[in-house]
Amino acid sequence: MGRLLGIVIWGITIASVWMFVSGKWWFPETISEHGKSVDSQFMITIIVVGVAFTAAQVGLGWVVFKFRDNASAQRATYSHGNNRLEVVWTVATAIIFISLAVMGQRVWASLNLHAAPPGSLQVEVVAQQFSWNFHYAGKDNVFGRTDPNLIDDSALNYVGLDDTDPNAKDDSVVSTLAIPVNRPVELILRSKDVTHSFFVPQLRFKQDLVPGMNIHVHFTATKIGKYELACAELCGMNHYKMKAYMLVLPENEFSELAALPQEKFQARKDELLNKYQLPNY
Amino acid sequence: MAEATHEEVHRHPAPTGFIRKYIFSIDHKVIGIQYIMLALCAVLVGMIMSVLMRVNLTWPGTHIHIMETLFPQGAPGGVMTPEFYLSLVTMHGTIMVFFVLTTAPQGGFGNYFLPIQIGADDMAFPVLNMMSFWVTFVGFLVILLAIFAEGNATVGGWISKLGESFAGGSGTVGPIGGWTGYAPLSALGKIAGPGQGAGVNLWIISIAIFCVGSLLGALNFITTLLNMRTRGMSLMRMPLTCWAWFTTAILALLSFPVLLGGGILLLLDRIAGTSFFIPGGLYVSGALVPNHAGGSPLLWQHLFWFFGHPEVYIAILPGMGATSHILSTFARKPVFGYRAMVFAIFAIGGLGFFVWGHHMFISGMSPYSAVAFSILTLSIGVPSAIKTFNWLGTLWGAKIRFTTPMLFAIGFVSLFVAGGITGLVLGQTSLDFFFHDTYFVTAHFHLVMGVASIFGMFAATYFWFPKMFGRMMNESIGKLHFWITFIGVYAIFVPFHAMGLLGMPRRYARFDEYEFLKNSKGLVMFVTVAAIITVVAQVLFYFNFFWSMFKGKIAGDNPWEATTLEWSIPSPPPHDNFAGIVPTVYHGAYEFSVPGAPNDFIMQTDGEGIAADISGAGGNGGNGHRH
Amino acid sequence: MAATATGTNQVVPVGVGGGPRPKNGNGFHGNGGGRGGDDLSFRFSPARYRIGVWMAIGSILMLFVALTSAYIVRSASANDWHPIVMPKVLWLSTTLIIISSITIERARRSLKRNNQAAYGRWLVNTVALGIGFVASQLVAWRQLVRQGVYMAANPYNSFFYLFTAAHGVHLLGGLCALTYLLVRTRKARNTLDGELRRVGAADAVTIYWHFMDVLWIGLFSLLLFWK
Repeated sequence: MGRLLGIVIWGITIASVWMFVSGKWWFPETISEHGKSVDSQFMITIIVVGVAFTAAQVGLGWVVFKFRDNASAQRATYSHGNNRLEVVWTVATAIIFISLAVMGQRVWASLNLHAAPPGSLQVEVVAQQFSWNFHYAGKDNVFGRTDPNLIDDSALNYVGLDDTDPNAKDDSVVSTLAIPVNRPVELILRSKDVTHSFFVPQLRFKQDLVPGMNIHVHFTATKIGKYELACAELCGMNHYKMKAYMLVLPENEFSELAALPQEKFQARKDELLNKYQLPNY
Repeated sequence: MAEATHEEVHRHPAPTGFIRKYIFSIDHKVIGIQYIMLALCAVLVGMIMSVLMRVNLTWPGTHIHIMETLFPQGAPGGVMTPEFYLSLVTMHGTIMVFFVLTTAPQGGFGNYFLPIQIGADDMAFPVLNMMSFWVTFVGFLVILLAIFAEGNATVGGWISKLGESFAGGSGTVGPIGGWTGYAPLSALGKIAGPGQGAGVNLWIISIAIFCVGSLLGALNFITTLLNMRTRGMSLMRMPLTCWAWFTTAILALLSFPVLLGGGILLLLDRIAGTSFFIPGGLYVSGALVPNHAGGSPLLWQHLFWFFGHPEVYIAILPGMGATSHILSTFARKPVFGYRAMVFAIFAIGGLGFFVWGHHMFISGMSPYSAVAFSILTLSIGVPSAIKTFNWLGTLWGAKIRFTTPMLFAIGFVSLFVAGGITGLVLGQTSLDFFFHDTYFVTAHFHLVMGVASIFGMFAATYFWFPKMFGRMMNESIGKLHFWITFIGVYAIFVPFHAMGLLGMPRRYARFDEYEFLKNSKGLVMFVTVAAIITVVAQVLFYFNFFWSMFKGKIAGDNPWEATTLEWSIPSPPPHDNFAGIVPTVYHGAYEFSVPGAPNDFIMQTDGEGIAADISGAGGNGGNGHRH
Repeated sequence: MAATATGTNQVVPVGVGGGPRPKNGNGFHGNGGGRGGDDLSFRFSPARYRIGVWMAIGSILMLFVALTSAYIVRSASANDWHPIVMPKVLWLSTTLIIISSITIERARRSLKRNNQAAYGRWLVNTVALGIGFVASQLVAWRQLVRQGVYMAANPYNSFFYLFTAAHGVHLLGGLCALTYLLVRTRKARNTLDGELRRVGAADAVTIYWHFMDVLWIGLFSLLLFWK
């Protein structure tokens, strides 16, 4: 039984490690500036995790294999422990874990402890059950006033844009996020009803949209293309299909789009959506 | 000082009559078994729900005939709607975390064995103990009611009469919100969608009732351990199971009231029009939400997770205690590093109060506090690692007897390592950008809570069954149960990590809307097949458990040759545990293979120089009155 | 696979140190062995009730800590925080509960000096003051409702009603405990164990009552000063 158990534990260990290293199921390719650092931090972590996991399981498998009761007269080793060993492995573990913890703050700090760089493109993201609204400031780069009292989904005023505000004249509200490549983007995240969460796997980025809060986040996308945006916080029955697309466009295409007046923005955006393809998964 | 009479020592006489013996009993042993029975029912409900969930995810749109009959609204044509799926997710989590993981390990085995292991004749407050079980039971009835209040049109109709926020009959099987019930979705009521009416109110009420039951129990455990240890039972001679139950009770005492507070505030938001969690200016389902302003959804998360994190340690610590105990017993070796193990239990419990923010890194809370929470979170890995090393140290140089409880205890170590180690990934803020709310998280907590913790309970059950029922469980069926379950749970939950790497979000009713999930199909199918096999295999356990109660081989006082006090009394124990005699403890709890001793174990009650001898003949326990 | 033993019998003891020597092992098998240990450790000690009540206080305190932190967070989170003018009758509440702490302490000390009559009298006084406290709270609520101060109107109101209600519910529990003590003064048991329990219960209820007093002062101060 001990031998069987040891072998099964080792087998499970091998299968689990294989699942990770085979590459069959892995992150989609990253497309953001900070994404590479996230990936490298993950690699360091998963190697530590993998080594610890394997060592512990192999060790467990070995002790149950070796120290099974073989009906000999000899007793087990009478030992209440070894203090020196306790100190050694506690300190070693603490050093490794705390180092990982400190290293794991770097990318977080670069994104969340610093404001968006000046000159970032600003887009207001307004989530609702079960769709996304992206509010662009238009040519004047000033967001028109919005007011919850003016929201009227049936009249297609999803974010409550105030028509009487001159700044709102050139604003566009669409259902696709279009951003320029290689330029910092600042998203101002809001929600109309319940908590949602903005998640694009390739961006290595996620942030909740909380009703009653305006949350500023920023990142820089580095690869042109079309990507899926998924909601990552349970928001009701259609949470599983609260989908939008994110278009990362070459600078000239984006500037051209951003300068378009309201009536033409939507159509051009749809053209671009058809032009670009999702990554090959 | 008056001569102690038998009446003084024997605190309450043995009950007569079926009701006082088995229903409203104040005997901690009966109450312990009642909690275990409750958990056995709850886990069955939870497992059935999880199989339904897996079937929906693997074969969405499948027509299941019985669903059409039972839930015509939630599964029209027998096809599960997304809201039905989400209500299963919510109920599965709620029932499993509360009514399985917070009942059996502590209220079940703890209630039964803490008093005996410390040499007491019952808990400090037996009547309070009985109340804590029945309050918990009522909580269970209320959460079951939620199934019908939402799922059945007639019951839903009755409940709706209670008020606006009690609107029922939406066709789901309970609330939709996950076991975490985030506001404002959970606070807005039915305007936010199906399952947000009566289901949520009943969910809150059930949990509030459960909080009260748990608090009554926690109070009892702590007082009993501090006040009623027998002569010679110093703290450092206690079995590690007792340390685990003690720490768990402290965690429960300090964390459940916070959940209760949060639940009260949420209920008030729903029925009294307050705005603790609901901000102003919300536009829900096509209309502005009037009369609410200024509330903070994050406040709910802080209150919930301040409870929620200690809760997961409440779920695992008793299993750790049982594992240490059982490993030592069947390795015939003392626990390696007993003091370090006690320290680690306290460290895990104590640190557990300071890390709740790691559930909320990207919630919108201050990113500075996220950094603090992250570093504290990874520190909890250190005492957990200490325990793992010490378990391995206990097994090194051992003489292992591979009984069924031992197999499950070893399985616990393996699964705890597997589940716990991914905490190193999830606890880092930078990695949480990707992994928050993905299946990587689900993998982590299922392995530690849904599997390791359950293995701790299986180990405890197989280990203590002979003592509780005077009969042995069947070893062959037990071993078969172990093998299928051990391999099965790995097969179910390791692939969840791969799904997480793909970016698969949690709580999705279907995966066919997104291209980036298309490579998950094989994994999803594999997991479902493994899950169905593993769940079906639990029939072996249920059968073994109930059949052995009546037909199992008769057990003696100490079939496992263990050392602690429960093995020095008959199986099952007499009404007041020690037959009126006050036990005296002379040794620590894990004196196995002591050089020079006649046997490879010395019981705690063996006087200096006394050694137990194995007569070989099966005894059937004492002449103490059974009941 | 190692064999497992199915039974264990005790052998004749060798060299047991100290205390009465058990005749045949520890006598669990009913074969007439004497006591194995000092049965004082099975005796009730008032510490049991004391520890229990402190644990209860710990958990109740955590509930109010949770509600208080919600109060503080909520007061900062939006600009709809409008504290009310404290109804004057609440000053009466405060006075009543402080005096009731004095009376219950007098009761406890009387019991310690074995003055059963005084104990009963001071208990009755405490119960009366406790009922007075609850009555004054209800008067305060009625006054506020008549002025149009409703729970849902703004968060300060919500917390005001919530704190006073939560405290009141726990105080009612304390009143039940006091009533139980009063009943026990009539039906005093005549065993040592029974008396120890009665005194222990009185001590524990006194601690709980003082906690209710301190808690009220804390909540009242919070509502008065944290705006």
